[in-house]
Amino acid sequence: MEQLTDPTDKHRPVGEKEVKSKGALDWLATNIFRLLISLFVPIVTFIGLYLGFIFLRDSAAPKGVTAIVAIIWGVGGVAALYLVSNWLVEKLNDEWRAKIQPFVFVGPAVAILFVYLLYPTIATFRLSLFDRNGEIFVGLQNYVDIFTNRSMFVAFRNNILLWIPFGALFTVVLGLLIAVLADRSKYERTAKALIFMPMAISMVGAAVIWNMIYDVNPNVGVLNWIYTNITGNNPQAWTASNQPWNNLFLIVVMIWLQTGFAMVLFSAAIKGIPSDITEAARVDGATEVQVFFRIMIPYISGTIITVTTTVVIFTLKIFDVVQVMTGGQFDTQVIATQFYREYFTSRNSGLATAIAIVLLITVIPVMIYNLKQFRETEAF
Amino acid sequence: MTAQTATKKKRRISWGAIFVNIALVLIVLAWSIPTFGLLVSSFRSRFDIQTSGWWTIFPHQEWVTVAEIQPGPELDRDGVMTFEGVSGTFLELRDGIQSGNTQVVWIGNKRIGKVVVQQKEWTRGNHDFTLENYQTVLGGKTFQIQQPDGSTLTVQGDNFVNAFLNSLIVSIPATLIPILIAAFAAYGFAWMKFPGRRVLFIIVVALLVVPLQIALVPILKLYVGLDLNGTFLGIWLAHTGFGLPLATYLLFNYISTLPREILESAFIDGASHFTIFIRLVLPLSVPALASFAIFQFLWVWNDYLIALIFIGSKPDVQVLTQRIAEMVGSRGNDWQVLTAGAFISMLVPLIVFFSLQRFFVRGLMAGSVKG
Repeated sequence: MEQLTDPTDKHRPVGEKEVKSKGALDWLATNIFRLLISLFVPIVTFIGLYLGFIFLRDSAAPKGVTAIVAIIWGVGGVAALYLVSNWLVEKLNDEWRAKIQPFVFVGPAVAILFVYLLYPTIATFRLSLFDRNGEIFVGLQNYVDIFTNRSMFVAFRNNILLWIPFGALFTVVLGLLIAVLADRSKYERTAKALIFMPMAISMVGAAVIWNMIYDVNPNVGVLNWIYTNITGNNPQAWTASNQPWNNLFLIVVMIWLQTGFAMVLFSAAIKGIPSDITEAARVDGATEVQVFFRIMIPYISGTIITVTTTVVIFTLKIFDVVQVMTGGQFDTQVIATQFYREYFTSRNSGLATAIAIVLLITVIPVMIYNLKQFRETEAF
Repeated sequence: MTAQTATKKKRRISWGAIFVNIALVLIVLAWSIPTFGLLVSSFRSRFDIQTSGWWTIFPHQEWVTVAEIQPGPELDRDGVMTFEGVSGTFLELRDGIQSGNTQVVWIGNKRIGKVVVQQKEWTRGNHDFTLENYQTVLGGKTFQIQQPDGSTLTVQGDNFVNAFLNSLIVSIPATLIPILIAAFAAYGFAWMKFPGRRVLFIIVVALLVVPLQIALVPILKLYVGLDLNGTFLGIWLAHTGFGLPLATYLLFNYISTLPREILESAFIDGASHFTIFIRLVLPLSVPALASFAIFQFLWVWNDYLIALIFIGSKPDVQVLTQRIAEMVGSRGNDWQVLTAGAFISMLVPLIVFFSLQRFFVRGLMAGSVKG
């Protein structure tokens, strides 16, 4: 250290002015250099990213090559943007750095959220007050139309009177039942894994699986094979005839998908019940049924509410299952498929956005409640 | 007396255990059979699928023809006829008459038809498993398919390889980008001081309640203007936008509870925020990052709605879920390709599920509040 500072000390008496001007020159030289680098690095980064974008858009390279380039470009690009902007900020003096750095960290997230969620919510609300082309202001007419249109009425009926009661009820009850049963079995892990597995499958995949089960050909559809063998009747088109009960066959798909989710949450909650409580009750002569209803259910009531609200939200937004299995025909439409149909088939942006707003208003109270519960239970 | 009640109790419990396990096995079977049926069907030929259920691959009892009788022209077909000790009218015989383990059936036309004698036998059916469906689905070549009536049909194969790669191209960045952005933001909200911190964070959490249907129309309009429709960048950013509130919220919950002393001592040693974030916070947050990554990856991989809207019908960009949904619409009865295609799309999630079960469950639990 001392040796390094020595030479400058020796130079000092030679004349202050000279040193100063040399310092200023040095300062200018190094700073122009730094300034150039500070400009150069971001520009190179942007050019690199732009070239990547052009390559991905126009190239006819084999798909495998495109895949690797796309993944590296996408992920690397975002990382590079952070690196470069942070590198620039760290060149500033302490005061400015402290002011700007938080926005380098938080800024991108906030900007994306504003563009992708906040602005669209406002824009959707505005569009819902305009006509089908978004040109003429119509006030609340779209909302009036929603609640007087037969097809929308059926969608609300399906979503609220069939999907929520049947879907949510069976998901919660079955999930609870399986959790209790699995808790007493040696094969708990395997059983839970197999019942949870449908959660990994896409709703489109599930739609294919269940379309096959419901197929009219009794050699393809298990359900019709069983039905024709037992009753001797002709095979049925389960998802098309017997309206509105055909909806139940779509609801079964959701129950199949979601029960595993309910089961895992219930299972964790049941394991959280102190065993001395249940043991004490059993010693006092309580039957298993009494233990279940008088101790377990009250103890895990918080979890039951969380699971129910989550399933209800999921049910309100259900889209893929209906869209793929029936396309919303045969009176199986739900709110989300009506939104899609109004915007993409009927080209009525006013009505479609009004449906989206109705969906938002329906979901918000349940969602807020769910978030509160989620914070309390700290499920994560 | 006490010993007696003890054994009684023990017996009751073991009966209970048997009941529990039987009930559990039934439920697990009911839950697994649908997927199993799909898997089995994906290895059967079109002819087999249309003519016999996938469940017939198991040993079962079936009527097997043991003898054929060609009734002579002199037989009175309008009266009661007797074959192999079974007698009945033509109509009865056409429906089949059973006696014990034997069944006699008149097959075909009244005048020139024949009579077959069948016996119920255990059989495993005559099934050939084939990989042809997967070749049809994965390769873009044309294939000859034998139909139930004996004629052949030429079918253009579906190029699922392309769709599979597209799913990967969409899912990997759409998982990593929101995680990176959310982790930076979560660190910023948790450990940096700046004006508007509270307000911005409340906005982020509040946006959790917005169902994504709300955002679709305005963003689609924006994309049409910017020519981002049908590009990978467009769909990455869309998934990033819809996944960010949850990611930020979850990672904030985790990162803000990291021990203060560790970060402070790093500061005293002169480390910058950036260094601390990269070297300290990210490695410490791996469990939270992994859980969210798995949730987001599966969410994007299995997503249909966002792909449908922002990719639309551009065939070279379409992902697996779109291709399958399209196939359901256009070739809903070609079960041999539908099942194979659906199984290909499930392969990646199932591998993730069985290899990373613990993170998987945690991730899905955490993701349950996604808007």
